[in-house]
Amino acid sequence: MSKTDVVVTGLGATTPLGGDVATTWSALLDGRSGISMLPEDWHEKLPVHFAGRIAQEPSEKLPRPRLRRLDRTQQFALIAAQEAWGHAGTPDVDPLRLGVVVSSGIGGILTILEQYDTFREKGWKRVSPFTVPMLMPNSPAAAVALEFTARAGAHAPVSACASSAEAIANGVDMIRAGRADVVIAGGTEAAIHPLNIASFASMRALSTRNEDPQTASRPWDKDRDGFVMGEGAGILVLESAEHAAKRGAHVYAHAAGVGYTDDAHDIVMPDPEGAGQARAITQALADADLKPSDIVHVNAHATSTPAGDVGETRAIRTALGDSAADRVAVTSTKSMTGHLLGGAGAVESIATILALHEGQIPPTINISELDPEVAVDIVRDKPREMPSGDVAAVNESFGFGGHNIAVAFRRA
Amino acid sequence: MADHSEQDILKGLGEIVEEIVGTDPAEVTPEKTFVDDLDIDSLSMVEIAVAAQDKFGVEIPDDQLKDLKTVQDVINFIQK
Repeated sequence: MSKTDVVVTGLGATTPLGGDVATTWSALLDGRSGISMLPEDWHEKLPVHFAGRIAQEPSEKLPRPRLRRLDRTQQFALIAAQEAWGHAGTPDVDPLRLGVVVSSGIGGILTILEQYDTFREKGWKRVSPFTVPMLMPNSPAAAVALEFTARAGAHAPVSACASSAEAIANGVDMIRAGRADVVIAGGTEAAIHPLNIASFASMRALSTRNEDPQTASRPWDKDRDGFVMGEGAGILVLESAEHAAKRGAHVYAHAAGVGYTDDAHDIVMPDPEGAGQARAITQALADADLKPSDIVHVNAHATSTPAGDVGETRAIRTALGDSAADRVAVTSTKSMTGHLLGGAGAVESIATILALHEGQIPPTINISELDPEVAVDIVRDKPREMPSGDVAAVNESFGFGGHNIAVAFRRA
Repeated sequence: MADHSEQDILKGLGEIVEEIVGTDPAEVTPEKTFVDDLDIDSLSMVEIAVAAQDKFGVEIPDDQLKDLKTVQDVINFIQK
């Protein structure tokens, strides 16, 4: 039996580059960095003094009484979902046929930490009665389901920094399984807090390029020294092609295939050979009925860590084979956004979809000297035109725990 | 604490309700019920009770909170 064709009909985002998709996308094409110094005093106690804060605070979009009962992850998810839903033309859909898959890698950790401070300073009665529904890892999915009356199911797959790519993959599968006609899918993260920076810093995962934060995220550069923590959310409206056609919706891309694997190699270090990553790409292509030569672009996970970036390029070569790998244009938009953790896969899927739709591949910035081990062609500094015709692109996301997700999008 | 006038308490409750659920303070009038008229859920009532305690210095025990159905009930409780 042939698979249900799933299409993307709406996009929404709030990122360090902009409060919506349009501003984020134009900043990505301009090669702009969204990284800045942290204004808070606490950064002085840390080896890292910068991060990728979202460009537009939720208070500009949501009223204060709503904000106080939503964790920041939920706030971002709602803002991005509202944009995506409007962008999709506010689809008229039976609530029983509308699903949600919205993830966070960490969950409501700012709520946990803030409410623990409140508890210690003022006692249990001052702890917000909304603490539990704010800290739950499923809270962004639940908030989105509530907002759009989505009753087909609300899910929140958790796989660290692969979470929101996995959410999109699950959303595709949900429609294919016949459980929903429309799914609001993506992810969110809001974890910029001294404890979290200390935690990633203590594993030596973060860049400490304090003298020049905007060049700190430099995937594939010879002198890369770690990732830059960011925050934000990305949301897609996924829809069966049949449902989209019936209402005359604009289609941005086909969500053609998904691949899921795990390295089972180490709790945090990726398999240096990238075998699990390559299997994820291979699976996504098979699932999408695509040939390696159809793939003209990969939006890579590449976070700017010494351990991860190069292995990923080997995995792309393994999965596509030499002839396709010689022609594929690879980029890491994390060079501009920083690493949005549980929001990364969704924001990068949006970049992948827009690259297909707009015909422009955003560049990777900050590469002064390309690591000689890099095994594919990287789009550097300036956007590159995407080949015309019926082509496809892959977004890759990996997470601590060995999770590898690949999502293949085909031009509409 | 009987040193709060009914007007003061009403005004204070209006501010609290606006802060917590965003309702226009002019809507907060004595005959209104919190749940049905002002559309306030049980978790928000807990927040409102704690805020009222801070503002008026009167503790509202949990077992009495459920009996305070209208704005007037809360005014009476604080004035008692």
